Amino acid sequence: MASTAELEKIVTQVRRDIVRMVHAVNSGHPGGSLGCTEYLVALYFDIMKHNPSKFSMDGIGEDLFFLSNGHISPVFYSVLSRSGYFPVKELATFRKLNSRLQGHPTTHEHLEGVRMASGSLGQGLSNAIGAALAKKLNKDNSIVYSLHGDGELQEGQIWEAAMYASAKNVDNLIATVDMNGQQIDGSTDKVLNMGSLRAKFEAFGWHVLDLEKGNDIASVVNALNTAKAHTGKGKPVMILMKTEMGNGVDFMMGSHKWHGVAPNDEQLAQALNQNAETLGDY
Amino acid sequence: MKKYTYTEKKDTRSGFGAGLSELGKTNPNVVALCADLTGSLKMDAFAKDHPERFFQVGIAEANMIGIAAGLTIGGKIPFTGTFANFSTGRVYDQIRQSVAYSDKNVKICASHAGLTLGEDGATHQILEDLGLMKMLPGMVVINPCDYNQTKAATIAIADYHGPVYLRFGRPTVPNFTPADQKFEIGKAVMLNEGTDVSIFATGHLVWKAIEAGEQLAAQGISAEIINIHTIKPLDNSAVINSAKKTKCVVTAEEHQMNGGLGDSIAQLLARELPTPLEMVAVNDSFGESGTPDQLMTKYGLDAINIIEAAKKVIARKA
Repeated sequence: MASTAELEKIVTQVRRDIVRMVHAVNSGHPGGSLGCTEYLVALYFDIMKHNPSKFSMDGIGEDLFFLSNGHISPVFYSVLSRSGYFPVKELATFRKLNSRLQGHPTTHEHLEGVRMASGSLGQGLSNAIGAALAKKLNKDNSIVYSLHGDGELQEGQIWEAAMYASAKNVDNLIATVDMNGQQIDGSTDKVLNMGSLRAKFEAFGWHVLDLEKGNDIASVVNALNTAKAHTGKGKPVMILMKTEMGNGVDFMMGSHKWHGVAPNDEQLAQALNQNAETLGDY
Repeated sequence: MKKYTYTEKKDTRSGFGAGLSELGKTNPNVVALCADLTGSLKMDAFAKDHPERFFQVGIAEANMIGIAAGLTIGGKIPFTGTFANFSTGRVYDQIRQSVAYSDKNVKICASHAGLTLGEDGATHQILEDLGLMKMLPGMVVINPCDYNQTKAATIAIADYHGPVYLRFGRPTVPNFTPADQKFEIGKAVMLNEGTDVSIFATGHLVWKAIEAGEQLAAQGISAEIINIHTIKPLDNSAVINSAKKTKCVVTAEEHQMNGGLGDSIAQLLARELPTPLEMVAVNDSFGESGTPDQLMTKYGLDAINIIEAAKKVIARKA
């Protein structure tokens, strides 16, 4: 188990990776990536049982993760490489021609750590359910994790999947929604108010946990451990995780403006000043 | 003209059900998913014999495709079952991203394709599914012609690693191919060697092509008849070799002219061996309610239409 201080060091380095990656190609999605950094670091460096040095698509005996909101690929790629799935230097190829690090994650280029393409929203919960069902058939008691944007919940397929998971007792599944309250056209409340997501998922038969401090690494680790303790009890588990879009870079925080915009040179310098190099830049 | 006979008419969907049932016994990795059409897809036997490997997803096709893609992670071979309309158009983006682009070993099995679905009408009679599926990179597209061939194809695709679209139908049609046939993906089947015209048919139109060939023979026209059960990958050499010999081509399918088998063959011949070609297919139109036979006649998909196309294309030879 990693200490909070160790995890925080990784978080800081991942934030640097994110802003450097999107700056280098002047494209990509820094806001949501920064908001989910603690979650992905907690998952890959503390919570999940996995084997980064020997990636296998089938992941027998390993916990699996599905990124449904594929546009936050910068944080996913950084965490995958920092945990040993592929060389950190490959982060420099993000969104460039002939790269395995496509704008949105894909299996098509055989990037270790990615098990499903995502980007077109709303599909990852179904994919995670399928993988969880395969684990049950294989008598493999590992856990399947998935991450979704809150705006993504406006896709109908999410609710088909939510209904299925509880009706069929898919209880080896922990889904998390990144509740940053922002989407491309503005706040989720303004674009399409979804009301109480807790009430909705409870009505759909899920065990729902609130994570108020989604950008506090210790709170994230605690919430994921609590969620794990609720697996195997007949219900799928949902974590509603409040985060701040752009967390850790002051001028990116609290606005949807940085959903899909890269920082310029000056802004990059500012962002890097706020996040000291801890593990070595790629 | 070689003589083809049959002892009974059977539906191709029952061939799928029989193939799936056999796979259930022989391949423990085969799993099946259905969106509330178990009886229509003839998946009952598999569901009854292997309840732990059968997933009833309800009327939620997008979720079904997504779950099927996920099930491959861990080594399962998922066969999804619903009507062709809901297997393709309704879930195109799910197939594109979660199955085709993600290189998943999912078998999308689609019944009630085309006009022969009959009385339910155009909402359910998809005539665009072959085109939608063949455009996806890496997707194998198969449209067998009778019960025996559908059963053989169902069993064969379990041994092929990669996404497959398997299309079949509702009505009973002559079951004339051998019960013990070996199904080879991408390999056209020569039904009758001829010299005057090549007829490439797929699915329910294969038997009609045989009927047309017999009538053409009676009129002194020698038709070569080839069953193209695999639309993609197309058996290019079978098409080119036949076209070289006869110098004119007819294609026949229960699908839109745009995007179907005829379109694939026309593309190939335009590149490799420009040849006069006529298509027997639905011409940019939706279907409607009616009996399967009435609809095939109204929309020009009968043996007589193949005969007329053959005569027309022979007249176009230089």
